[in-house]
Amino acid sequence: MIETSSSPLKKTPVFEWHLASGARMVDFSGWQMPLQYTGIIEEHKATRTKAGLFDVSHMGEIEIRGEGAFTFLQYVLTRDLSSLRPGQMKLALILNDQGGIKDDVTVYAIKADFYRLVTNASTKEKILNWLSQVKEKGGYGNVEIQDVSDEIGKIDVQGPLATEIIKDMGGENCVGMPHYRFTTARLASFETLISRSGYTGEDGFEIYVSSTDTLALWEKIVAAGRPYGLLPAGLGARDTLRLEAGMMLYGHEIDESVNPFEVVYAWAVDMGKEFLGKAALSRLIERGLIRKLVGFAMKGRGIARHGYAVCKGEVKVGEVTSGTYAPTCGGAIGMAFVPLNFAREGEELEIDIRGNPVPAQVVKLPFYKRK
Amino acid sequence: MAKENPADRRYTPEHEWVLERGEKLVVVGITDFAQEQLTDIVYVELPEVGKKIERGGQLAVVESVKSVSDVYAPVSGQVREVNVKLQSDPGLINRDAFGEGWIAVMEMANPDELSLLMEAKDYNAMISGEAN
Repeated sequence: MIETSSSPLKKTPVFEWHLASGARMVDFSGWQMPLQYTGIIEEHKATRTKAGLFDVSHMGEIEIRGEGAFTFLQYVLTRDLSSLRPGQMKLALILNDQGGIKDDVTVYAIKADFYRLVTNASTKEKILNWLSQVKEKGGYGNVEIQDVSDEIGKIDVQGPLATEIIKDMGGENCVGMPHYRFTTARLASFETLISRSGYTGEDGFEIYVSSTDTLALWEKIVAAGRPYGLLPAGLGARDTLRLEAGMMLYGHEIDESVNPFEVVYAWAVDMGKEFLGKAALSRLIERGLIRKLVGFAMKGRGIARHGYAVCKGEVKVGEVTSGTYAPTCGGAIGMAFVPLNFAREGEELEIDIRGNPVPAQVVKLPFYKRK
Repeated sequence: MAKENPADRRYTPEHEWVLERGEKLVVVGITDFAQEQLTDIVYVELPEVGKKIERGGQLAVVESVKSVSDVYAPVSGQVREVNVKLQSDPGLINRDAFGEGWIAVMEMANPDELSLLMEAKDYNAMISGEAN
């Protein structure tokens, strides 16, 4: 029942606050992170109906600058950045030579020749190495790659009342900001970079702030959000929220053996330009897909978990990537890879739950879409 | 913080509790420490009434939002009763692990096995070593 680890774990600037608040801490990708404060379901529901506050300072931030920055990223990332102006961001993929996903990142155009990549915590070192390798091969002019993760804290405010809270804190300029845009804002006297984006399926913001100011800003948001019913939310709720919203999690739905077309990321690949991994993707398109990621709802009792077998009759046909109880949808849901001929809405499958085949049905992704 | 572990019952290293109810009957549940570790419990797979289980065998399965855990039989015996309320309200275990959130009543095959289990003070000492 209890996970223990003896290796030294990294701490975010909010670590002591989490402990003092009675958070249950877990080891996540080498970081000591809050799993929950009062309860995953309560924190999930607060985020869907009011607001949730997430310390995600463990995520990686890598800055790319120099005259060659655009050409370099245009080649490394799957999205076409030629239309990306300062103040705009995109979700993009970094692929290996076989078209497998090394990471899904967001790329922020800070100003001309200056971008920020935000990576998963577990992939940051790998991405840094990959970027250096690609850069070494040359041909991009001057490109500087800098890991600024230790200097930057990241706080997400998510939920229908997030805008009100940010406005109260001095972020009036963020209220009318469209989705996937960002700006600088002074929130409660702290300089921040703030984007309208997130990982929950709700309206909300991702806030980047100096790591020395992160704890103080966190406390200010907690106080400003209290009248609105904002709750601090841990990685447990972050996972159930993103899963309901049909979002990918590295190490579950995506990794280097998964190509963008098998999951929900066909839209994140701009085949009209050259990029690393494109040749492999072109071959995949010719060959055709073998499997596809689907969403499923459990029809019988029990919860599917990562790695459980998906069966059709007696035969194993696929594997569950993520599964949980879904507080907003009600009931148990999950995502799984299945052969293309079973990847149809309404298809009846079974999930092998500890040796018992439990019925499940393929449903459309996402499970939850905000009104 | 977890609630105090009542001194009226015995405990296993796997965080089950056992309360004697007379006539070789015992009530079995999981501890408050265990429910805290598990997070919000959303499903409990209960055994069939009448099932015979050896000590250490699987008695029930508790699923939380985050994970799945086996509940082991603290003693050998036969399942006499299960807490059917847990089917509609599995969160009872989170709210009242030592009371309303009980899991099953077993009839012991060998009451001497009770002496193999920990008293509250030993269980307290064990979990204070495990917590963080």
